[in-house]
Amino acid sequence: MAKVKVEFQDIALAFGKTEVLRNIDLAIEPGEFFALLGPSGSGKSTLLRVIAGFARPQSGRVLVDGEDISAVPPWKRDIGMVFQNYALWPHMTVHDNVAFGLEERRLPRDEVKRKVAAALDLVGLTELAARRPSQLSGGQQQRVALARTIAIEPKVLLLDEPLSNLDAKLRVHMRVELLALQRKLGVTTIFVTHDQEEALSISDRVAVLEAGVIQQIGTPIELFDRPANRFIANFVGTINLFAGTLSAGAGAMLFESEALGTITLPGIPAVSPGEVEIAFRPHVVALSDPGAPVERGLIRLGGRVAAREFLGEFIRYTVESGDAEIIADQAHYTGARSFAPGEAVQLAIQPQQMRVLAR
Amino acid sequence: MSRRYNLPQATLALVIALFLLVFLVVPVFTVMFVAFTNSDGSLTFAHFRSFFQLTLMREAFYNSLYVGGMSVVVSSIFALPLAYFTARFQFRGAMLIQTLGVLPLIMPPFVGATAMQLLFGRSGSLNLILGDWFDLNLPLMEGLNAVIFVEALHYFPFILLNLTVALNNIDSAMEESAQNLGASGFRLFRRIVFPLALPGYMAGAALVFLKVFDDVATPLVLNVTDILAAQAYFRITSIGIDDPIGYVASVIMVIASMAALWGSTWVMRGKDYATLQRGGSSLATRKLGPWQALFAYGWIVLVLLLVLSPHLGLVLLSFSKMWSFTVIPEAYTLDNYAAVFRDSPFMLWNSLLYCGIAAGLDVAIGTAIAYLMLRTNLPGRRLLDFIASAAVAIPGVVLGIGYLRTFRGFDLPFTDLPFVSFWMIIAFAFTVRRLPYALRSCVASLQQLHPSMEEAAENLGASNRRTIFRIVVPLMAGGILAGFVTSFLTAAVEISATLMLVSATSDAPASYGIYLYMQSIVGRGPGAALGVITVLLVGLGTYASHRIMRARSLRFETLQLLK
Repeated sequence: MAKVKVEFQDIALAFGKTEVLRNIDLAIEPGEFFALLGPSGSGKSTLLRVIAGFARPQSGRVLVDGEDISAVPPWKRDIGMVFQNYALWPHMTVHDNVAFGLEERRLPRDEVKRKVAAALDLVGLTELAARRPSQLSGGQQQRVALARTIAIEPKVLLLDEPLSNLDAKLRVHMRVELLALQRKLGVTTIFVTHDQEEALSISDRVAVLEAGVIQQIGTPIELFDRPANRFIANFVGTINLFAGTLSAGAGAMLFESEALGTITLPGIPAVSPGEVEIAFRPHVVALSDPGAPVERGLIRLGGRVAAREFLGEFIRYTVESGDAEIIADQAHYTGARSFAPGEAVQLAIQPQQMRVLAR
Repeated sequence: MSRRYNLPQATLALVIALFLLVFLVVPVFTVMFVAFTNSDGSLTFAHFRSFFQLTLMREAFYNSLYVGGMSVVVSSIFALPLAYFTARFQFRGAMLIQTLGVLPLIMPPFVGATAMQLLFGRSGSLNLILGDWFDLNLPLMEGLNAVIFVEALHYFPFILLNLTVALNNIDSAMEESAQNLGASGFRLFRRIVFPLALPGYMAGAALVFLKVFDDVATPLVLNVTDILAAQAYFRITSIGIDDPIGYVASVIMVIASMAALWGSTWVMRGKDYATLQRGGSSLATRKLGPWQALFAYGWIVLVLLLVLSPHLGLVLLSFSKMWSFTVIPEAYTLDNYAAVFRDSPFMLWNSLLYCGIAAGLDVAIGTAIAYLMLRTNLPGRRLLDFIASAAVAIPGVVLGIGYLRTFRGFDLPFTDLPFVSFWMIIAFAFTVRRLPYALRSCVASLQQLHPSMEEAAENLGASNRRTIFRIVVPLMAGGILAGFVTSFLTAAVEISATLMLVSATSDAPASYGIYLYMQSIVGRGPGAALGVITVLLVGLGTYASHRIMRARSLRFETLQLLK
């Protein structure tokens, strides 16, 4: 399959007075596995439907392989979409569902037959070709939907929350399979999800949407390590956020806040002095008994354990330090020191792990 | 799916609008126009004044309201206990009640009315027995009582079926949370269960009122003439098409029907909340106690006997040589059937033809309106739906009068035949009258269809038109078939508009034939025979379509899964 580039240029879309998408500029590289991540109502599904031709933006252009497809009707776009509810037609067998798009393309009968067989083979459903959708499990239905879409060899593959209707175990299994299939076909794939774990685990790059605006585009690691703003920081993973003032000190920046006191930050952050927020992940906080030796250069705070949650791989502590509540994740292994609610503790954080966000 | 519309869709909408305009809107407005204007076209209320100055008309007006209202009351007395039993108790009668519910709908009230007279009249079977044993005579079939009794017996299923569905749709969590907060017994029923089921009851009650108000043939067969529908019919047919009193009666009938319909939706506006949540279950059913069981089964047996009596009576009558002043006929014969097969098979063919045309047009228009309304942004699509549905509040007599007045003076193209005596006009009247039911069926089945089903087809390369024919219509097939069957079967027993519009016996459908026979004592036998044949055919059709639809619904379970 030829790999194709997808570009959005200044897309804006509103349903009546509700603005759904604003100033969307985005380029998805050929062969990329790209995720649109955002909470419900963020406009991510609408953006997907813009590519498929089911939603019409009031302004802006969509380019597929350099060609403007804004005026092309959905049935002439050659862009395959897998629907969230699969949208399998109950009056047709699995075989007929998969054959539909090929028949609409007026392919000779034996070619239809061959391609249906190939698509079903690819998703491992050859034996179930004569069944009806109602006789299949959720996972099997999803494979049929996938086979039906890739049978037409689309230029771009769109997946609308493809894993949301599956149970937790199957979801993890299917996302690995989905990625393997995409790599095999090499087709540019755009994938909508509200589940950040899903987006981060399999995508090459992710665009995070909120209120119809793209907040950040980047690789999963970039999003996690360098969130562009408060929304991204909160939405991708768990984070501690404190408001305060940033000022220049002697050879370093000083962050002052009521909750945490004064913290010295090494290096020059990208944010100019003034009102800012400081952010750090729970797992970069190390807990120890008060007075235990701490490496030089670490930020040190005292506090008391307010609550704890045992989550298997780690224990999540909520520590009260002055007026602040700090979340600290401590790796758990047999024999690890654990702290009980009410116990006094010492917190240590590497200053390099602190992110400064403009407010 | 892009919610837009294209030229073929707009053209289709225009054709449908034109049809509704010519065969529904203009005739109804013509009737109103005549009622409110002088012969020179100036506005007047004089016709209304003279209408209410006539004692007979005033009585007819009150009688119509009384019969409509009392029919609802008596229907409720039949239906409420039955609905309650099926929803609240584990008992074996549920299936029986369902059947019971359909049975009277197959046979229109005017067909069985004569038989009911012979069974329950002053010298009918029941009163002969009661007189012999207890010297008692029940005035069940005296005057207006007769109409109320016969109508209620035939139309209570509307309340029963609607109420049963409403009760079954109440989530058991509603009831359980009330119990959890301390409510039980009758208070629980009065404060939670009944209010939740009320919309279903109101819908059924409004339908009963409309049906009774619309019915002209049953009172006439029972010799009751002082009601509005009968008076409108007499005024136009005996005094003439120009007599304004008939039009005034018509306008009053339309207003009363609209008021009943509007009233029931107004009372219930914003209160239709009895919907089953996903994964919820219906009300818990309990075991019947011994006294409850006695009452429940006793009531069912009584209602069952009453429901079956017009059918049994009709069969007896159809085989009787003579039947008067005796509990059952004294002599039996096959002559009645011989007479029917000799004289009137053409009426059955006429019925088949008219109802086939009407039902076909109904589902075609219904499917088109449903699609235009739910899947395009065509301007005026809701108006189309509203007009088509409004036909439900137009009594058949009024529609018939409207046709006669509107189309008088028009000849059939290329002939000298007046348009009003062309048989197709009966088929068009059937089409308009049954359209609301077919339309609702089509709309419901398209609403169940998730738009992603169509988007998936478009995404895979099927154009708008191809998607409609390969995906939408096949998936709507169940609803379309149900609409066709309902239209066909109910048109087969239509009589109100037919009575106005049949101009030559050779064009008459079977329902008209039955009515005509029943007018004379000697015609009763053959009339009953024709009735039995019609009811059998309609019943067979209902049964066959039920079988087909059950087979289909099993195959399409996923439709529900995808909702």
